[in-house]
Amino acid sequence: MSRVETLSGWGRWPKRDCVVDDFDPATDTPDRFNHSTITRGAGRSYGDAAMNPDMTFLGPLRNRFISFDPEAGDLVLQAGAKLSEVLEAFVPRGWFLPVTPGTKFATIAGVLAVDAHGKNHHAEGSFGDHVNWFDLMQADGQIKRCSPKDSVHLFNATIGGMGLTGHILTVSIKLRRIETAWIQQKTLPAANLEQAMQLFEDHQDATYSVAWLDCLAKGDARGRSLIYLGEHASVAQLPAEQRSKPFDYPAPKPKSMPIDAPNWALNRFSLKAFNYLYYRKGTKAPPVELVDYDRYFYPLDAIHQWNRLYGKRGFAQYQCALPLASAKEALLEQLDAISKAGLGSFLAVLKRLGPGAPNRPLSFPIEGYTLALDFPLTPQALTLMDLLDEITIAHGGRLYLAKDSRMTQATFEASYGDALTQFRALRRQTGAYDAFQSLQSRRLNL
Amino acid sequence: MIPADSPVLILGARSDMARALAHEFAKEGHPLMLAARNADTLSEDMTDLEVRFQAKVTAHDFDILDVDGHAAFLGNLPEVPAVVVSVVGFMGDQDESAINPDAARKVIDTNFTAPCLMLELCAGRLAELKRPTAIIGIGSVAGDRGRAKNYVYGAAKAGFATWLSGMRQKYVDSQLHIMTVKPGFVRTSATADMDLLGPLTDEPEAFAKKVMKALKRKSQVYYDIKWRAVMGVITHLPERIFMKTKF
Ligand SMILES: Cc1cc2nc3c(=O)[nH]c(=O)nc-3n(C[C@H](O)[C@H](O)[C@H](O)COP(=O)(O)OP(=O)(O)OC[C@H]3O[C@@H](n4cnc5c(N)ncnc54)[C@H](O)[C@@H]3O)c2cc1C
Repeated sequence: MSRVETLSGWGRWPKRDCVVDDFDPATDTPDRFNHSTITRGAGRSYGDAAMNPDMTFLGPLRNRFISFDPEAGDLVLQAGAKLSEVLEAFVPRGWFLPVTPGTKFATIAGVLAVDAHGKNHHAEGSFGDHVNWFDLMQADGQIKRCSPKDSVHLFNATIGGMGLTGHILTVSIKLRRIETAWIQQKTLPAANLEQAMQLFEDHQDATYSVAWLDCLAKGDARGRSLIYLGEHASVAQLPAEQRSKPFDYPAPKPKSMPIDAPNWALNRFSLKAFNYLYYRKGTKAPPVELVDYDRYFYPLDAIHQWNRLYGKRGFAQYQCALPLASAKEALLEQLDAISKAGLGSFLAVLKRLGPGAPNRPLSFPIEGYTLALDFPLTPQALTLMDLLDEITIAHGGRLYLAKDSRMTQATFEASYGDALTQFRALRRQTGAYDAFQSLQSRRLNL
Repeated sequence: MIPADSPVLILGARSDMARALAHEFAKEGHPLMLAARNADTLSEDMTDLEVRFQAKVTAHDFDILDVDGHAAFLGNLPEVPAVVVSVVGFMGDQDESAINPDAARKVIDTNFTAPCLMLELCAGRLAELKRPTAIIGIGSVAGDRGRAKNYVYGAAKAGFATWLSGMRQKYVDSQLHIMTVKPGFVRTSATADMDLLGPLTDEPEAFAKKVMKALKRKSQVYYDIKWRAVMGVITHLPERIFMKTKF
């Protein structure tokens, strides 16, 4: 039965009343509706991508596992299953996700629909690179098997396609083998952006790499960072007493943010202090530590509803990708703009991206660097983000649709270019344009 | 402690909450017996449990309203379960069940008479095993206070909770542990047409994990912590005030 719920993305802005219903492929074929619909996974995208006021279908109850081939590591499952469910079932048997975003509460469909990247993008590409096939319900209600061999245009357009080509029903992914549930983490401090980028380049052979960046540091210290490298630990690398139970680790104690923080809780001074202390702590961390995979990949998941930190007004995440050649210049300009505006970000994350996937029209990663920042939703922050857009576009970069809640159609078109024409044409041809829309697709005229 | 290799019987295995509870038991290594009407349609759920947790699963035709068939059903199971979980429930249509005796009977029988009789039968068998066993009955906060919206269902769930409370006292000297679970609004298909209170809503998996923890610490009556507070207030409101609220 359908009902009305006030939905928002993870950034809690914008909010809209939407008609919602659990998705049932037997009855909810698109041809039964005289208006468009969109499917929602776990609502972990930040903006308005998984919202359609006329009908937002909820996917997570379709979470059954269908088969597993222990030779190849191929797992087939209904697309509403969450990454956490895969980890719970398969880590104890020595398998891990091939690529994972920084939250395990996202669904397989959601991660496929944004073509998520992880800390191993420089080496392993994005989630779509590890998808064997999926079944897609198209606008006419037909279900199509898409793979690099069958319906390849649809396969490519759907990976990163933000739910705008159809409902993803069933997915086959390739898991990777692990010996333990632990990661060997190495922390390398970098005194400024140049050093940070050099460290990324020097460690291209690391399995995982990511940096936390102090976006309030000025002058010579601009872009001061802590680089975290990670390798799946082998059994031999575990302390002796743990070797017999390599997949056990202490369960994280769930904490939650039960109420909204007041709007003043995060201000320039608290941010500056936090960033300074965080960096100091990082420089004193032991250079190599064993960390369980939960703490390594999903530190924010340990605090449920941490998005309330930004108060009722909500927040926006700004994430751009910048091509290798101009990344440094662009990043320095962006850091200057941020510090001039006096708006820091709690979480500023920098990551080296490997080659992108040019045949997937809406896939976000391009070879170079990606920077992600959180801003509370204030008029100043919105102005700053417009300025950051200009810098991104001027350097041939682009914004991530999974994080976006506010970019303009012009910005979008300037950054995704010809691929958009291709995507729009496919949507017209397959009837998807009328059948599948989100607030985001309407805003960007996708 | 109930050994991880002892079988668990789930009555009303088709619901989203039942599926989530089955996942939790399977993860610990328990073999599962899924019971519901048209058991042959449970094959997707059986595969799900096998693929996720390499669980041993069987499916069994079971109609809670066929009270005369309960004993035979139990007798025909391949093994005597060590844990019985009843996730049986039926919301019905409040307006209809308030005036139509057949509709009222269906709600009351499905939520009260039939599951209580079945669990009574199970309790006898489990207690006889003379080893740690458990019964989990999924009730509802709707049974804690009659609300205009769903009081026929609520009355039946109230009766269910009272029955289990009595059984708990009856079996206090045995090794059978009886736990009543009162979910608030768990986000399942069954609550799909109710106004969901956003932050008080749990996903079935998250809720199932909490139920497992409650079982391990041998809770008698388990509410989610958020609901404990809400219901604490609601059950203590004097009737003359409660009747005027819109809750
Ligand atoms: C703390 C945090 C950390 C993150 N870290 C990263 C990161 O490191 N890298 C990264 O790439 N991303 C990251 N993300 C973003 C996240 O990976 C994406 O937003 C992902 O889409 C979330 O999945 P979801 O199930 O919540 O999807 P939703 O947010 O519900 O939906 C996202 C998109 O998927 C579509 N969709 C969902 N289900 C279906 C379906 N069945 N069929 C068709 N389309 C569907 C929706 O229409 C929508 O367009 C992070 C997010 C958070 C909150």
